Amino acid sequence: MSEPTDTAPVTGTARVKRGMAEMVKGGVIMDVVTPDQAKIAEDAGAVAVMALERVPADIRAEGGVSRMSDPDMIDGIIAAVSIPVMAKARIGHFVEAQVLQAIGVDYIDESEVLTPADEAHHIDKWAFTVPFVCGATNLGEALRRIAEGAAMIRSKGEAGTGNVVEATRHMRQIRGGIRRLSTLDETELYAAAKELRAPYELVQEVARAGKLPVVLFTAGGVATPADAAMMMQLGAEGVFVGSGIFKSGDPAKRAAAIVQATTFHDDPDVIAKVSRGLGAAMVGINIATLPETERLANRGW
Amino acid sequence: MSTTADLVVGVLALQGDVREHLQALAACGVAARPVRRPTELDDVDALVIPGGESTTMSKLAVDTGVLEPIRSRIKAGMPGYGSCAGMIMLATEILDGRPDQQSFEGIEMAVRRNAFGRQVDSFEAPVTIAGVPGEPFHAVFIRAPWVERVGDAVQVLGTVADGPGAGRIVAVRQGNLLATAFHPELTGDLRVHRLFVEIARAAR
Repeated sequence: MSEPTDTAPVTGTARVKRGMAEMVKGGVIMDVVTPDQAKIAEDAGAVAVMALERVPADIRAEGGVSRMSDPDMIDGIIAAVSIPVMAKARIGHFVEAQVLQAIGVDYIDESEVLTPADEAHHIDKWAFTVPFVCGATNLGEALRRIAEGAAMIRSKGEAGTGNVVEATRHMRQIRGGIRRLSTLDETELYAAAKELRAPYELVQEVARAGKLPVVLFTAGGVATPADAAMMMQLGAEGVFVGSGIFKSGDPAKRAAAIVQATTFHDDPDVIAKVSRGLGAAMVGINIATLPETERLANRGW
Repeated sequence: MSTTADLVVGVLALQGDVREHLQALAACGVAARPVRRPTELDDVDALVIPGGESTTMSKLAVDTGVLEPIRSRIKAGMPGYGSCAGMIMLATEILDGRPDQQSFEGIEMAVRRNAFGRQVDSFEAPVTIAGVPGEPFHAVFIRAPWVERVGDAVQVLGTVADGPGAGRIVAVRQGNLLATAFHPELTGDLRVHRLFVEIARAAR
């Protein structure tokens, strides 16, 4: 221990980083692009907001290089709400992450939704005081991100499509992978670590605990209360909603409905009640028609 | 299942680290169950309000109709313990909250939300807690509140020893109600939960 005195407070520990994610469990984190949207999200009961310049649906539509948001824009959102504010950095762009930490965001999403800045390396997240959430399509990817210091994992469902099929696949793969690990003996775990391309100690920890050592959320394509509830029933501990709220007909009402459906994910009567009269959902994209090069989940390794 | 489970303790399960509190309570030898609805409240002897986002809990407590029943049970003497957001939910006055933010109004105190700062300021530090025997408690503070003022009936159990928040009140008790600004449920140290279970047993 290197504390100057034994009563001195210590910041940036793995426990406070992972603990922050524990506190948003059972909640909904909403993408917002303006302070007004952030207020609507907070009014609706969001546990946090993700500040970004364009929601994934617009990033898809407009193309070009997508980067960290303007610090002024993030400041505006921090000033508008009292709930935690998250923001996105490009995969591997450790300076964007340094800037976001300096601004005072509460969590950084090293996100495939932005254009990757490094083709081989993710950010060394242990080097930061601010915690990171990272996307994963399967258990090996989740464990590699945790090994790099991610304090929270989310599925990498195809953002900006309003289609949950990919998030479903990722949730099933991550949860199924964990269940499989817990059936293996100590010797078999070495081979499993090799197959997963993840550190043996982490594989062993997951096999013993039957869960990831960090909180697992879902993200990508959630557009309805039923989508959110399905992800929770598949084992997500909370929900990120991107374009699904502010690309719909009545964002305030839909946001509140998704919050309730997340808490009462195992109660079809509540989900039915909150699903009424929400107006139009976002139109969405059939992922089978998306060319490989436009699939964001393929970014990161 | 333990047959010594004489007490049923609920954990308010609208949002937050519900599982960690359920596990800590079970480890203390009581029956622990989640509470989301007024009917589920009827089945518990005591209630824990977990860590989480207090504005979200407030909104869901109103929307689900569980706010008033919890308020009246607390007024009638039901033991309650709140950690972090749970401390905010037990306060009679919330500072830096939303204008429409509701609480269970159990402990006469003014609690300031996110008083220690943003997530980069979240910290771990030892806290000496009156009524908790042994070493100082290793306390985990996450975007934590502090208690700014307390009423005459409130007993201050612990303050921060060192650093920018030195001297701030972070653990209190009023009658059967207990609150901490930190998260014992994240540490595996059961002493605060044991203290609460003692309070709840004595109240039966």
